[in-house]
Amino acid sequence: MPDSAPIRPAAAAPKKLGARGGEEIFAKSVDPRVLMRFFGFLRPYRFMIVISIVAVLIFTLTQIAVPLVIRYVIDTALPAATAGGAAESARAGAVHLLGLAVAVFFAVVLVNYASNYCQQIWVAVTAERVLIDLRRAMYGHLQRVSLSFMDRTQVGQLMSRLQGDVGSLQEFLESSIFAIGDLALLIGIIFVLLAMDLELGLLTLSVVPILVLVRAIWLPAAKRAFVRARETSSIVNSALAENINGVRTVQEMTREGFNFDAFREKAAENLRTHLRATRLAQVMVPTVDTLTGAAMAIVIMVGGNRVLEGTLEIGVVVAFLFYVQRFFDPIRSLTMQYSVMQQAMASGQRIFEVLDVPVEVQDKPEAIDLMKVRGAGDGAVEFRNVTFGYVPGLPILKNVSFSVAPGETVALVGPTGSGKTSTMALLHRFYDIWEGQVLIGGKDVRDLQQESLGRHIAMVLQEPFLFTGSVIDNIRYREESTSREAVERAARAVGAHDFIARLPQGYDTVLGQRGVNLSIGQRQLLSFARAIVVDAGILILDEATASVDSFTERQIQTALEKTLVGRTGLIIAHRLATIRGADRIIVLQEGRIVEQGTHRELLALGGLYHRLHAMNVASFDDLPELTTE
Amino acid sequence: MSTPADAIPAGTDTLVPSLNGDYRRGVNALWRVLRMALAYRVRFPAAVLAVIGAAIFQLLIPRFLGAAIDHAASMLAVAGGADAAAIAAAKSALIASALLVLGTAVMRGIFTLAHNYLAESIGQSFGYELRLSFFEKLQRLSFGYHDRIHSGDLITRGMLDIEGVRRFIETGIMRLFQLAVLIGLGAYLYMGQDLILGFLCVSFVPFALWRGVVFRLKVRALWREFQERMSVLTRIMEENLAGIRVVRAFSAQRHEMKKFDDWQRRTLEPAINMVRVRYFNTSMMTFSYFVAMGLVLWFGGLRVIDGQITIGELTQFLVFMTVLQMPVRQVGMVINGYARASVSGARMFEILDLEPAIRDRDGAPQLKISEAALAFENVSFSYQGFASEHTVEGISFAVKAGQTLGIVGPPGSGKSTIAHLIPRFYDVTGGRITIDGQDIREVTLDSLRAQVGVVQQDTFLFKTEVRDNVSYGEPGAEDDRVVEAADTAQLHAYVAGLPEGYDTLVGERGLSLSGGQRQRLSIARSVLLAPRVIVFDDSTAAIDAGTELRIREALKELNRSRATIIISHRLSSLMHADEILFLEDGRIVERGTHLELLAQDGPHFGRYRRLFDLQMGAARENAHAR
Repeated sequence: MPDSAPIRPAAAAPKKLGARGGEEIFAKSVDPRVLMRFFGFLRPYRFMIVISIVAVLIFTLTQIAVPLVIRYVIDTALPAATAGGAAESARAGAVHLLGLAVAVFFAVVLVNYASNYCQQIWVAVTAERVLIDLRRAMYGHLQRVSLSFMDRTQVGQLMSRLQGDVGSLQEFLESSIFAIGDLALLIGIIFVLLAMDLELGLLTLSVVPILVLVRAIWLPAAKRAFVRARETSSIVNSALAENINGVRTVQEMTREGFNFDAFREKAAENLRTHLRATRLAQVMVPTVDTLTGAAMAIVIMVGGNRVLEGTLEIGVVVAFLFYVQRFFDPIRSLTMQYSVMQQAMASGQRIFEVLDVPVEVQDKPEAIDLMKVRGAGDGAVEFRNVTFGYVPGLPILKNVSFSVAPGETVALVGPTGSGKTSTMALLHRFYDIWEGQVLIGGKDVRDLQQESLGRHIAMVLQEPFLFTGSVIDNIRYREESTSREAVERAARAVGAHDFIARLPQGYDTVLGQRGVNLSIGQRQLLSFARAIVVDAGILILDEATASVDSFTERQIQTALEKTLVGRTGLIIAHRLATIRGADRIIVLQEGRIVEQGTHRELLALGGLYHRLHAMNVASFDDLPELTTE
Repeated sequence: MSTPADAIPAGTDTLVPSLNGDYRRGVNALWRVLRMALAYRVRFPAAVLAVIGAAIFQLLIPRFLGAAIDHAASMLAVAGGADAAAIAAAKSALIASALLVLGTAVMRGIFTLAHNYLAESIGQSFGYELRLSFFEKLQRLSFGYHDRIHSGDLITRGMLDIEGVRRFIETGIMRLFQLAVLIGLGAYLYMGQDLILGFLCVSFVPFALWRGVVFRLKVRALWREFQERMSVLTRIMEENLAGIRVVRAFSAQRHEMKKFDDWQRRTLEPAINMVRVRYFNTSMMTFSYFVAMGLVLWFGGLRVIDGQITIGELTQFLVFMTVLQMPVRQVGMVINGYARASVSGARMFEILDLEPAIRDRDGAPQLKISEAALAFENVSFSYQGFASEHTVEGISFAVKAGQTLGIVGPPGSGKSTIAHLIPRFYDVTGGRITIDGQDIREVTLDSLRAQVGVVQQDTFLFKTEVRDNVSYGEPGAEDDRVVEAADTAQLHAYVAGLPEGYDTLVGERGLSLSGGQRQRLSIARSVLLAPRVIVFDDSTAAIDAGTELRIREALKELNRSRATIIISHRLSSLMHADEILFLEDGRIVERGTHLELLAQDGPHFGRYRRLFDLQMGAARENAHAR
């Protein structure tokens, strides 16, 4: 079993989250640090938790009290009828005592009801709230952690933490409080048994060590079987998910039969492991029944003999029989609780691992709002000797310097991997650079509030990511109050209006899962409109028109020219048509600026740009393969 | 994919509208599950027998305990207990009772084990069967269906709903038998012994059932509400994490947190209501149980006082009640199981009952290929309900082995739609498509798709090695053929350069490929299958022109024996075609060879020419300058 991801101090947070394999469903042991941090989340609810525990204890007491009332009826109330005196008055006395006992019984039942209701509601509601808090803490943290962490991490991995792991901590909290009740019940029963009759109590309890022993032997094997069953379930489910997501490819390649056979094998293994787990789980049933039977037999034989000898009251025997029947429940739930706890420890580790991911890119305490910087609104941009990379020792950008005057439009050109997209990302301070300075409006981006950077820079990303929701909400995105007219204006500007108008509900058409019902080109137009509507001083386009046809692109081109008036524009492009419109072109190669100037200047220069251009192609994609020839 | 998800294509696999309030469907679903469980002809009756056996032994325990108490008590009544023989007799009776209790308990355990195991075994086998049917079905459902259903929804059905239905067999059907036998048989036995006390013992059952039903009705609606809100929350989180760059780019963290908080709150509300409803009812059930016990204690006590019954008999009734306690606690679970299974079952059967819109006609022959002559004859197609987008009309063309057809046009003009019609991902709504004279709807799907390859714009990577991804359509293809296909697609050099070569894992947690590499992988996949009709659906958009040229060179030889269709925005990709179609709004507006099209001009023609100028203008101008 590989080590489950350990919790490390924030300073040395893991680069990558630990894998969430089936084997790590259980942590090896109780981790006090996980518990301590978990308690931190309970703090706001400590009052609720305390009164829940009180209610649980009261509930437990009433459970213990019931057989005692019965004992009283049998030993005290009923014999009063036959105990000497006039038959009539003896009967009345007995009925009176019985009535009293039944009244007490009903009182106990009422308390039992009230405490039962309260304990369950309080515990469950508190657990729900803690779940919400935990999830929020994690989600909120993910909004702030560095992008380089998000780049490395699979969404599915995070989702399973946001859902599954949070759920198992919730379950842990619930079952822990009930476990307190179970423990109290166990101790209470033992206490009452021994108090009623020490000898009979000890004899009856002699079956307990046997049970504990059997369970101790059984548990590891059972756990292995359960873990294996869970593993096969997750294998089956991920196979199913992959086939659903890739169903089109499956059908194109007519692989249905093959995939079905492969799936059947996995499902059969799942069936087999589950049946094995069931067999192991069910073995305990006759074991517990046999031990219960043995305990009852002991009570009958030993207790009965003692009754015959006159050293024990019958009511005690009856009460013993009641307790024996209840005795094994708390033992069972307590051993189950152990598994829940181990599972919660593993989940807790995974949750706190996420919470411990450091927020590398942070606002300084004295960070300035870019909007309040005089002259910053004009959108001057400068890179000063910037060196940056994602992996230490492997810089992507090497000593890059350039500046863009307010209102200027600059195109970044270069082969794949030359650092174009990284340059854009740095402008928005998605990452912190290694050396040099990135300045906007003359201010180092590290001295600015990130929030204000987002208001000042509008980006159209390579991947036109849309959210489920209406077209209009997608264009407005953060600016929820944007008027319909402004949205329409932006859509018209990028040439998206026509196709939007043709959608069934126009701007109110709800897009499917991330806009699947639109072509990639259309998604790109929407993401372009989204950037225009915010009216920012700097507009960044990262190969935003790669999948748009030439007509639409020209439309965008015209729109762009209009939009860029009075704005600074930075454009990554690989199509000549886009590039030629720029005031200046910067050619990047392997993280360095190799040429810059206007289209004509660069052609005259006869360097890389000229060479690319001369190849008579319309696009600059994947250039290294061209240049290496 | 550029197919509209909301469109409803012609065909039968139309999703029945939502389940809202459809109680009947839930009941039908439960009924079907029951019938399917009954099909386990050996295990099901065996499980029922086991549950009856377990119940009988369970009910015997109070009897023997009561008898034992009476043995002890009767001796006590013979004051002083001087009679040694009587004492000896009582002692041996006690031993007999003790052994009987032990033996009964063991038997009960064994029968319970048998029952639980059989029930679980039926449930698991049932889940297995269901899972396979589900898998098989969704693999066959047409593209039109998959366009409309959220993949997450299908995954949820395949995971949680199957689980819900499976559990129902154990916790629903089987537990119900257990409850019925225990309560029915117990009531019969104990009411036979003492009508009133027996009646009091089970008097809480109707009340508990009533609360249970109320609970079920309320929780059903709440559960659905919770599920629906939870799935929105899941989507919000998923999209936020997947689109984190957009979130950051717009500094929209606050906006996103608001959305998240809002929906968290909304999930909390039904969650807490469910808790309230559940525990209110379960506490009421427990309460009614204890009230009944109090009544038994009162009336039973009175009878003992009046000498009508013995203390042992009273004990017997009280112990009988403890036997009922566990099953009554489970009423809530059983009812919950019913609620869940009726929703899950309905959702499951909704899929299982779908008939794929696109399927083989009965007795359809195999496609026979000679020239690979593909012909569209006045083909029209529209997605129902999605007005004009992606619709095509009056499309006719022919292309055969050795020929290339190019299709160009603005987005949404119907280019991909044409590609999707050829392997029958969708069926035409007018006209017909033939291959070597055979209508593609008249031949088997497998034989059609084996001969038609569509290289898609988006490539789906499976979580496996590069090798298996390339040979996806032909698992186990020889290595040299995989290499050859990869080489043709200009992918080999890259893969060979990876440390683990073709064994490198791709997809989640594996190697991530760039857009161009994915497209080349997709080309390799199709090339390996050597289809006689191949369609490149804008599948070179992310590949540079030079590489594309080399791919085309590599394919040249192979293309002699196959018909090729190239769909592209980039004219350089298709200007060598034998015929080029210019599509606009689903119609062919211009057609001809590259040179013919360039020659066309005028207000109504010349779209191709203008496009060419747009794309090539800069280059040509440059050439001029030199």
